[in-house]
Amino acid sequence: MNILLTMNPCRWTLKMFAVPLFISASQKCVRCKEASAAVVIRAGDAYCRGCFKEYFIHKFRAMLGKNRIIFPGEKVLLAVSGGPSSCSMLSQVQEGLSQKAHKKLRFFPGIVYIDEGGAIGQSTEERQRTVSELEVVFKATGFPFHILPLEQVTYYSICPPTSSKVLDLPSSVVVMALPPLEQPPSAYKAAVDRFNQTCGSDCLTPPEKQKKSLPDVHESHTQLLQQLIGSAKTLTAREDLLNTLRQHLLVYTARTEGYSKLMLGDNCTRLAIKLLTSISLGRGAQLAQDTGFSDSRYGDIIAVRPMRDYSAKEIAHYNHMFDVPSVLIPSLETKTSEKASIRGLTESFVTKLQTDFPSTVSTIYRTSEKLQTVCRSSSTDDHSDRCLLCLCVLDTAVGEYIKTIKRTHMELCCKQNSVNLQY
Amino acid sequence: MPAQCSSCTDKRAVLKRPKTGHSLCKECFFWAFEEEVHQTIVAAELFKSGESVGIAASGGKDSTVLAHVMKLLNERYNYGLELMLISVDEGITGYRDDSLETVKRNQQQYELPLKIVSYEELYGWTMDAIVKQVGLKNNCTFCGVFRRQALDRGAVMLKVDKICTGHNADDVAETVLMNVLRGDIARLRRCTAISTSSEGEGVVPRCKPLKYAYEKEIVLYAYFKKLDYFSTECIYSPNAYRGYARTFLKDLESIRPSTIIDIIHSGENLSVREGVKMPVQGTCSRCGYISSQALCKSCVLLEGLNRGLPKLGIGKHHRLHDKILSQQPLTEKEERKLKSVDF
Repeated sequence: MNILLTMNPCRWTLKMFAVPLFISASQKCVRCKEASAAVVIRAGDAYCRGCFKEYFIHKFRAMLGKNRIIFPGEKVLLAVSGGPSSCSMLSQVQEGLSQKAHKKLRFFPGIVYIDEGGAIGQSTEERQRTVSELEVVFKATGFPFHILPLEQVTYYSICPPTSSKVLDLPSSVVVMALPPLEQPPSAYKAAVDRFNQTCGSDCLTPPEKQKKSLPDVHESHTQLLQQLIGSAKTLTAREDLLNTLRQHLLVYTARTEGYSKLMLGDNCTRLAIKLLTSISLGRGAQLAQDTGFSDSRYGDIIAVRPMRDYSAKEIAHYNHMFDVPSVLIPSLETKTSEKASIRGLTESFVTKLQTDFPSTVSTIYRTSEKLQTVCRSSSTDDHSDRCLLCLCVLDTAVGEYIKTIKRTHMELCCKQNSVNLQY
Repeated sequence: MPAQCSSCTDKRAVLKRPKTGHSLCKECFFWAFEEEVHQTIVAAELFKSGESVGIAASGGKDSTVLAHVMKLLNERYNYGLELMLISVDEGITGYRDDSLETVKRNQQQYELPLKIVSYEELYGWTMDAIVKQVGLKNNCTFCGVFRRQALDRGAVMLKVDKICTGHNADDVAETVLMNVLRGDIARLRRCTAISTSSEGEGVVPRCKPLKYAYEKEIVLYAYFKKLDYFSTECIYSPNAYRGYARTFLKDLESIRPSTIIDIIHSGENLSVREGVKMPVQGTCSRCGYISSQALCKSCVLLEGLNRGLPKLGIGKHHRLHDKILSQQPLTEKEERKLKSVDF
């Protein structure tokens, strides 16, 4: 009996699904039809080890190659959270860059890990332990890595922690920088040819290895951060705030360390959940940027999501079969009930629906693909039209509903005033 | 110390508004609810003076409240509208026959003319007969498609200029969620519109004056005003896909009540990429009703029912439209696929 293991870091649970089909020893892989099948993906496609690995690797390369967004020689920052998805992404980048790869990838990766232990309330020892586990993983890859505490967002408050001004992000983050010049489609091929001619494959030595382990975090900064997170009254709002702060710090790191691309490890299942959550929160206008392949709202840094075609199941299979290391890190939602936050509720809804209707996640994924991915106003002269926190175009134009509510409440107040005036 | 009404501060509060959380007395609540519907109608310019409007009445809470509020606002603000009730009899025993009695009572209470159209006279099929053929899984499709056309036919018979339905905020939010879950991009763009377009022959524009009213508030309004309505749900509804979206929405509302309006706002602001294929509005070659395919959906469904092929109409079938139009028999393979029904 084939047992599928999936680890859901948000919930600290190990879910075991017993596959209904028995894979008998005689069942052959549907691709090579020679070796015996080892894993079933989607409905009924049984693959052997070798073919599954090829399929997995090929999907990653195809995703990058089809979109032609990462030019050769570019510095790309990989945002690794320690979870299975981002660690899988890290191992795929390693695979792609290795010498023996067929048509290997041609960019310079760097890794960033943001330690959010302060916001969750972890002790310093726990945080150090997690960081040292991750350092082992990062060092094994040979890429330069940066480990930052989330408290870094509080380093820029001008006033001392005791005063009222808690947070003052450096203005370089909340402003959309100039995007690079619009490149015609043929520029990609030309850039690749140029790279091959000048350097060839030997020139890809990474820049000097910079090792930045977790700097000592002052107690006051941790308190400041916890105060900030605690000021949001509901778990939903706290998660939202944490996401915003994390995203700001990622973009800030990319800008200061000179990276032009940011790779995020969101997989298909997580993006489907994110889509429904965003709709429930009212972020319909920004859906394309939140869940699309490329996100160009920051201007100079483009965020890409190369793992968006993989379901969480496939990633779990791969990590288990090919020993991809990952670290389990608790989040704000860990050990909370299903209905504690909108994101948690959506996750359990989608997971349950998926068991009855197996095409749910892929249908939602396809819906997100049809949404507009190009920023409607990619020119930089409408800074005033963008949200300060998420840098997306504003959607607060006064529509029917707002007019309705405004007028009703104005009338209600007038009624009250007129009643008071009678006395 | 009991809470005072937060609006008039005069009387004691009797309820907490689900939408805003304000504590209000009965009169202020009635006033706020009616005023919001009035402002919705004014802001969206739904009606013009002198028009005749058909209110789609099913005897349920939404349509009863709609009829009551429309009559009230028509008099209070002098809309100058001529109001009528249209009701549809789907032929569901134990559900529709009871609710129709409620509609007849409503007609007398509100003194509005009433027209009842039935599936039996329009199509020759009742919902009970359809369910026997189709099964319990896809019957809501038949009911919904037939009802839309039935409403239009009834409106044309009564010669009204507009139809208004009792769809509330919860319904619109559920529809947005369902369309995302089912991947229906075309409907996703249209479903949050407060009124449909008014072009085409035999098509009466439809609007939803209660679009921003919460279902909970409608229930409270009907309860406190002691309105006469029928409160049992359709006997076939437990198996509907909409049930999943509804449970999800109710849970969301318990976490954050403003979610319902947030979902509607998201739906209104969704932008679709260029190059995505969208359906174009045309007319059905058989009955002349509006349709984006060669045959309108109700013609396809009826054809399927009459020929004993219940799955014709569920799933992708536009390739078979030409065959149906030209009265060609279907191949055996096609027939087998269309006949299979899972109960």
